[in-house]
Amino acid sequence: MKLIVAIVRPEQLSDVLEQLFHAEVRGLTISRVQGHGGEMEHVENYRGTSVKMALAEKVRLEIGVSNHFVQPTIDAILAGARTGEVGDGKIMVLPIEKIVRIRTGEEDQDAVTPVQSA
Amino acid sequence: MNNADTGWMLLSTALVLLMTPALAFFYGGLVRSKNALNTMMMSFVALGPVAVIWALLGYSLAFAPGSPVIGSLSFAGLRGVGVEAQGAIPHLLFMAFQGTFAIITPALISGAVVERMRFNAYLAFITAWVLLVYAPVAHWVWGGGFLASMGALDFAGGAVVHVNAASAALVAALVVGPRKDYGRHAILPHNVPFTMLGAGLLWFGWFGFNAGSALSAGTTASLAFANTLLAPAAALASWTLIDLLRGGTVTAVGAATAIVVGLVVVTPAAGYISPLSAIVMGAMGAMPSYFALIYRAKTKLDDSLDVVAAHGLGGATGAILTGVFADAAWSGGPSGLLAGHPAQLLTQLVSVVIVLLYSGAATLVILKALALVMPLRIDSRDEKLGLDVSDHGEEAYTHGDGAILVKPRAAAVAPGAAGVVAVPGEDPSTSLGAGGL
Repeated sequence: MKLIVAIVRPEQLSDVLEQLFHAEVRGLTISRVQGHGGEMEHVENYRGTSVKMALAEKVRLEIGVSNHFVQPTIDAILAGARTGEVGDGKIMVLPIEKIVRIRTGEEDQDAVTPVQSA
Repeated sequence: MNNADTGWMLLSTALVLLMTPALAFFYGGLVRSKNALNTMMMSFVALGPVAVIWALLGYSLAFAPGSPVIGSLSFAGLRGVGVEAQGAIPHLLFMAFQGTFAIITPALISGAVVERMRFNAYLAFITAWVLLVYAPVAHWVWGGGFLASMGALDFAGGAVVHVNAASAALVAALVVGPRKDYGRHAILPHNVPFTMLGAGLLWFGWFGFNAGSALSAGTTASLAFANTLLAPAAALASWTLIDLLRGGTVTAVGAATAIVVGLVVVTPAAGYISPLSAIVMGAMGAMPSYFALIYRAKTKLDDSLDVVAAHGLGGATGAILTGVFADAAWSGGPSGLLAGHPAQLLTQLVSVVIVLLYSGAATLVILKALALVMPLRIDSRDEKLGLDVSDHGEEAYTHGDGAILVKPRAAAVAPGAAGVVAVPGEDPSTSLGAGGL
């Protein structure tokens, strides 16, 4: 089991979600974050004040997957998130010690296997 | 000249002016947050160049004595437009009152092209449009032009303002093309309370728009005022009823829209119909727009904020129903179908069609001509990022986190070089390091 953490552009989020759903990745969590990834900062002006926006809006996805789902998930994120310009984000794959599905108490592999809808 | 009339027209002019910022809120709430400022600016900016061009040239083309088709240049640069009487009020005040109409009409068009039209191109477009389309159409109906001679009734601008703007909006939406996300991703309003605030302020300002169009403070203004209260109320009531009968919920965006539609419907009729007719007109007039809004969203036409459904259909319905409900007992002159004067209905229909065709054709020519010298839409990367940043260099909702003050001598520092943010006057080592997320 792995935890896939991806930081992507907010404007690509819809595309990423579309790709993930096509790849049948069903369980995920997102959060709105701000970060700096080496991209060019844009300058904004408010009255006489010019500011360089050093932190860009990003979206962080967290997805717990079983091992054979790691590569399809990465492929889906790449397909949805890549624009080719600096600032597209990162994908990190982390080991997971244990996963528990709260509703049933199922653990590990069972906990990240989607429920077959009736 | 009469001071009571002048006082009411001073107030009305201010009320109508408020409608343009109100429209900015109405439209601004309906778009995504990344385009909030751009959308609001599309309305706000009309307060500048459009008002100036109106005073210098547009007013003369619309209201200076001329031919049946266009005014003349005799009032150009406000020559001869002073404080002498024009009817019961100073001429200059009449010019200012009409100016507030000229400002809001092109701003209405923006609803069809938000979230993708370049701001520069939009600015050029509305400035040209107010001279080439709004001024002649205003002349036809209110400046002694051929629609006035035909006997077309348009109390406060059902055809001149609403059909005119909506026809231009339809053409602009087609020429500029749909948003990339339209029909692919859900595009949701980012601030519905803004939209409700806008609708409320529009209604408030509309008392000046309709009752001010009496150009005096007397009985006609009172009639138009009451009708401006009753028609939107009836539109809101019937909209709510349709919502409930269709088994749905009564939505806030729907209520805000219903109010605007009711206002649009009563605009051409306000000073010509009885208060009971205003209730009937508001209730009837809401229906075409209600179903057009639902239908439009299923089509490929990205008239993003439904200018055509709300203002076009509402304006046309109102103009045509004016030919049904106009009543000499209330208007003191013109009457329509129900008062035994069916020819008025035909006149109304003809005036709507003429305005619709001219506005659509002239808008097409203006946009195609502009497209030869500048791109009309932003590139797709900026469309994704949002026009607030790409076209204005600002954001509507910024926390200021990570915003670094650019001091004048910082110009030499390459922005974001090698991932390091150099803060002038500070130790670079305190900045975010390379490889930081």
